[in-house]
Amino acid sequence: MTALPQTTAKKLGLVIDLDTCVGCQACATSCKEWNTQGYSAPLADEDTRGADPHGPWLNRIHGYEVEDTNGKDSRVVHFPRSCLHCETPACVTVCPTGASYKRAEDGIVLINPDTCIGCKLCSWACPYGAREYDVQEGVMKKCTLCVDRIYNENFEPEDRQPACVKACPTGARHFGDLGDENSAVSQLVKARGGFDLLPEMGYKPTNKYLPPRAKRDTPQAGIEALPKGDGSAMDRLFKLADRLLSGN
Amino acid sequence: MSSEPVVALSPKTWDEIKTTTCYMCACRCGIKVYLKDGTVTYIDGNRDHPVNKGVICGKGAAGIKQHYSPGRLSKPLIRVGERGSGEFREIEWEEALQTATTWLGNVRKTDPKKLAFFTGRDQSQGLTGWWATQFGTPNYAAHGGFCSVNMAAAGLYTFGGSFWEFGEPDWKYTKYFLLFGVAEDHGSNPIKAGLGKLKKRGAKFVSVNPIKTGYSAIADEWVGVRPGTDGLFVGAIIHELLNAGQIDGDYLNRYTNSPWLVIDNKGAADHGLFARDENGETLVWDAHKKTAVPTSDHNAARALMGRFTLPDGRKVATSFQLIAERYLSADHAPDAVTERCGVPADTIRRIAAELAHVAFKETVTLNVPWTDFTGRRHETMIGRPVAMHAMRGISAHANGFQTCRAIHLLQIMLGTIDTPGGFRYKAPYPRPIPPHIKPTGKPDQIWPNEPLPGPPLGFVTGPEDLLLADDGSPQRIDKAYSWDAPIAAHGMMHMVITNAAKRDPYGIDVLFMYMANMSWNSAMNIPDTLKYLTAKDETTGEYVIPKIIYSDAYASEMVHYADLILPDTTYLERWDCISLLDRPISEADGPADSIRQPVVEPERDVRAFQSVLLDLGARLKLPGMTTPEGQARYPGGYPDYIVNHERAPGVGPLAGFRGVDGTQSGKGAPNPNQLQAYIDNGCHWFYELPDEHKYFKHVNKGYLEWATGFGLIGKPEPIIHQLYCEPLQKFRLAAEGHGAIQPPDGHRARIIEAFDPIPFWYPPFEGDLVDEAAFPMHAVTQRPMAMYHAWGSQNSWLRQILGRNWLYIAKERAAKLGIADGDWVTVTSHQGQIKGQAKLMNGVNPDTVWTWNAIGKRSGTWGLKKDAPEAKQGFLLNHLISELLPKRDGGYRFSNSDPVTGQAAWYDLRVRVEKSADQSNISGPQFPTLKNLGVGQ
Amino acid sequence: MNPAYSVILFTTASGAGYGLLALLGLTSTSVGQSPSLGFAIVAMVIALGLITIGLLSSTMHLGHPERAWRALSQWKTSWLSREGVAAIVSYPFALAFGVTWAGLYTAPDAVAPLGFITAALSLVTVFTTGKIYATLKTIRAWHQPLTVPVYLFFALASGSSLHLALSALFGRDPGAIAPVALIALVTLAFLKFLYWRAIDAAPREHTMANATGLGANVRQWEVPHTTKNFVQREMGFVVARRHASRLRGLFFIVLLCAGLLELAASLIPMLSLAGFVLMFIAAWVERWLFFAQGEHVVTLFYGNAQA
Repeated sequence: MTALPQTTAKKLGLVIDLDTCVGCQACATSCKEWNTQGYSAPLADEDTRGADPHGPWLNRIHGYEVEDTNGKDSRVVHFPRSCLHCETPACVTVCPTGASYKRAEDGIVLINPDTCIGCKLCSWACPYGAREYDVQEGVMKKCTLCVDRIYNENFEPEDRQPACVKACPTGARHFGDLGDENSAVSQLVKARGGFDLLPEMGYKPTNKYLPPRAKRDTPQAGIEALPKGDGSAMDRLFKLADRLLSGN
Repeated sequence: MSSEPVVALSPKTWDEIKTTTCYMCACRCGIKVYLKDGTVTYIDGNRDHPVNKGVICGKGAAGIKQHYSPGRLSKPLIRVGERGSGEFREIEWEEALQTATTWLGNVRKTDPKKLAFFTGRDQSQGLTGWWATQFGTPNYAAHGGFCSVNMAAAGLYTFGGSFWEFGEPDWKYTKYFLLFGVAEDHGSNPIKAGLGKLKKRGAKFVSVNPIKTGYSAIADEWVGVRPGTDGLFVGAIIHELLNAGQIDGDYLNRYTNSPWLVIDNKGAADHGLFARDENGETLVWDAHKKTAVPTSDHNAARALMGRFTLPDGRKVATSFQLIAERYLSADHAPDAVTERCGVPADTIRRIAAELAHVAFKETVTLNVPWTDFTGRRHETMIGRPVAMHAMRGISAHANGFQTCRAIHLLQIMLGTIDTPGGFRYKAPYPRPIPPHIKPTGKPDQIWPNEPLPGPPLGFVTGPEDLLLADDGSPQRIDKAYSWDAPIAAHGMMHMVITNAAKRDPYGIDVLFMYMANMSWNSAMNIPDTLKYLTAKDETTGEYVIPKIIYSDAYASEMVHYADLILPDTTYLERWDCISLLDRPISEADGPADSIRQPVVEPERDVRAFQSVLLDLGARLKLPGMTTPEGQARYPGGYPDYIVNHERAPGVGPLAGFRGVDGTQSGKGAPNPNQLQAYIDNGCHWFYELPDEHKYFKHVNKGYLEWATGFGLIGKPEPIIHQLYCEPLQKFRLAAEGHGAIQPPDGHRARIIEAFDPIPFWYPPFEGDLVDEAAFPMHAVTQRPMAMYHAWGSQNSWLRQILGRNWLYIAKERAAKLGIADGDWVTVTSHQGQIKGQAKLMNGVNPDTVWTWNAIGKRSGTWGLKKDAPEAKQGFLLNHLISELLPKRDGGYRFSNSDPVTGQAAWYDLRVRVEKSADQSNISGPQFPTLKNLGVGQ
Repeated sequence: MNPAYSVILFTTASGAGYGLLALLGLTSTSVGQSPSLGFAIVAMVIALGLITIGLLSSTMHLGHPERAWRALSQWKTSWLSREGVAAIVSYPFALAFGVTWAGLYTAPDAVAPLGFITAALSLVTVFTTGKIYATLKTIRAWHQPLTVPVYLFFALASGSSLHLALSALFGRDPGAIAPVALIALVTLAFLKFLYWRAIDAAPREHTMANATGLGANVRQWEVPHTTKNFVQREMGFVVARRHASRLRGLFFIVLLCAGLLELAASLIPMLSLAGFVLMFIAAWVERWLFFAQGEHVVTLFYGNAQA
């Protein structure tokens, strides 16, 4: 059923804070280990001890460097990338079998591993590189937003969140309903100027990214400069020592 | 249209969850291990655990691949070919243990110090150190000598705590955080979580690091300091603050030795020591009485500054007077240091102003009354919310001890230690400065078949505590606690193989190591290290290091150079305790410890090293490990020891659930059900201090009394910060010719310079000794976020993330050197040359090149195929780093270490970088492929 | 995009097959009176054979060939599904046409209608193939108005070239196919020229700045994983500009030669065999370039500044 739902009751997704992510890969390996035994099981790796180890990962962490305009200073940005669970994803509509679909209930884009034929066309249609082919399984794999965790009654309610979000040590990943403007994630997006990746492609990603904050490496208002060396430093210290005595 | 497929939303993919403690790095987070049919299927963070509170890192979540690694060893091995040939024979444990017992027994009954027992990333030093003591050898240490002893010692000799893992920034209240040289080191998840909190609160985070990745990438300000010059940067900030009088005089006067009087008597044997009264008590100057009074006189009008004359005529100055005089000198001004440290003078001035502003104008006040050690009641806790933290970038330099002391001086001048928003102690710290444990191993302390009278490692306070042979030469094989490195509180593992092979100061018979890849990524100067490991005595034809016993869980490079291999379990297969007696996991809010429990049984013929050690101890009849009847005291192995061993009456490895009924904490009789109590509690124990004990612990009467009762400290006495470090002056006086124990002449100048009781900066030795024009660049490593040493970089998941490394170089500098992105380059030091592939970036100090550490592997090891990129494109800087400094005048080659602590100075490396004539896609040097010893799959 | 040989084989073989089939269907009653049984059988076997090889090749390329039937279900939304449906639907008509046209079953009135239907379905199938590529917004070089016409004319040009070769083998007069082949070939060359000019001129609208939201001065520092992942292997293929323009030149030269041979075949029919061989080589070169120059937007995350 590759026809997209007209609307979804919720728009579950992630908000990723690029100002806080240190690139520790916790979300990447937590994703791999949950999904290799969860909904996407297994995420089969190739040549694990050899020259070309690789396999499907549903979340990968890029490193970018942004140069300031003067070319001198720069910023390193760690950039986790996974499925954005678009509102109008082409990866779903191109699917010939209906294995790829968007859930009407919560907007999660999923692949049905029982009907996917592994034609890879969805990966061609996705601009975000979110879909990876599993050579051993012969089907496509992608972020499920941990659909088998977020509703999983075997977990305590506070653990019902995607593995990547639960793992993230810095708290750079947030999960929630981006369709509800009062939700914490929506408020965060509003407050921090959350943005879409490749908005011009028109797929309306649900996941949002929060931009790095401005650096604070210039003089700030309200902070006085310290006095210049004028040879009277010792006097000042002695006066300070005297004040201590009077306060005693 | 068909309906959506039905998705199983509540699958239970496990049939059991067990808690334990992670060991994917030194952070020691609580984890939950999910099992299905006895197989580990998923690992995540334990939400109730004090360290990680539910989160997990990139390493921890890849633990499954560590546990099921094809690189694991599976059976005891004994060497049958030459060392390095990979020719081993599988043997049974009984044969392995008998062999080890014979070898070790022969040493013990002749000369116990001919056993060198060194453990690597050991988290059971409480046991291993005690075992060495019982064996009777002083030649014991873990890997701290090349890790962080500079940090540990500087802190313990200054404020009775330390960066490293003995304290943490007050993430809740700090408003300004200065981080020096930290890249995914200790406290990995707590630091990440802390940074997240700072970001949420909008606190300012400044990272001082030549490299702008990881934590530094998200800093509000990056200070791209030149390696080894942090001390200049910090000194200039201190200069600025003193010049402006922006210091917490009250804190200095009350809680530090700033007002203590120092004798000014140049050339005399008491010069630079504290003036003391007839009772031996240190003195302060009472400005009202205009005389010296004991420091215990809390009502004295203490002069913070000044030079005075004592009634006996001796001239004195307050400690702080001396500090101020030093740091106010023009050579500490920002303009004087900017060029050498690479930080603009305006930046230094601005940061100093920001620190002063936050410390003194944005104070944090908690409405929590408390009483200080003098009995004075404080209605509130007033904090100066500036926190600092530091690690390898400070530690791994030959000036690291003094640089770290300078950072502590800065913290203390601002009045930030253990105040709200500052840097907080974690139990068992604060402890007396330095802790009251002396190293053991003097000639009259080592006897055949006898234990040492005390632990091998401790804290010296003067030349009389050094471990010297009768001729003044080093007593220890690593030369720790000798004039080469008097305060080598963690030993010097990096020197053991070199010294043993050179029989300097003497030859050994057995080298026994655990979990330390000393023939590869943990060694400096690998090519020579391999020669040392295989060197033979010309007359006997025997190996110069005759017997090497090694225990490891994995087929590491070191396995190939050992004679007897004792295969260890993985971290999910064993018992462990994370003990307050060792390197605890306490929080600033209270003491904590934890255990590991086996969550799966090994399917290989391997045994936990700690249990093997106890077994060997019993076979050797070591006193602590044998009953009076000659039976094993801990027949149940390590778990038996964890529960029943008592270091002092009522004090054991674990502090929680003590007493027969398990209701006591800290002290209490062994509880036979203690381990089950831990398991029931998620494998950890935590005691939260009451609010009035949470801050100012070093001078907090209530806390000090509680800590004494709990067994953390001996007496409820205040821990007065030692800005002026008198023990250093004692060594200096000896070098100047005073006292009975004096260094050899060749050492005197070095001791006199380095053992300054007031922190100062000196250039790292390597840069000072080699031609800077020939080696103009610095080369350092960073620990990748997702890997902890060689054992992490062989992980089948993690090696997909980083299967090789590059040499990162500043774009601008690369252009000048004619190096393009992707070019293969040679990196040359005075020691050797390597070849690696260059990657250009902006976020690196232009005088610095760097790479990720411990990724380069030797072909054929760790269960990897011989053409693995780790071996063919990966490389190590270790080949370039000498364990010895270039010759000094007189020809002696000092260890490439901090002269105070013996900390290996592997960040001092100086190199030149050139485009390689050989652009083939292969790194250098390449070593012959080793035979794969891993269990495979 | 990775120029996988299975996909090149599929599209070129099935293109030629459908082109031939379409021409057979359209000309069943106009060329000659009735085909020799041998020619009809051979032509049909070759046409359907090429189509079948192409379809099998694309099916074998699937992770789960046994589930290929499922691909017929989403014809409402998916051009790939539509292609599958069109291919399947065209089979029985093509068989019926072939049987009646060859005279194996006598139904003279049915030949022409069946031929037309077969031709239409063949062209529809090629059209859907083209549409699969043309509708992918992620690949600028494919998301072009000329993508579908090029596919159609490639089918016609290679199909007619094949027809000429078969006619020559059977000593038949190709009739109207000869001018059709030349027209198709010239049109194809022209369309391809326009197509390449279009993709060279088409602005690279997507940037790393927009992909990452990190501004104009962003560049890649570290790849997520040190060995190539699926996305990089499948979509990260890069062909050097110089190499590409050489191949374009080669394409035109080969096509020109094919055209000259087809022209000369009016005198020496057997030359059309060589013409077809060159035509097929040209198709391979063109199709390889079509994939190799299909720059995917996802490469923006892997260091490409614009796509």
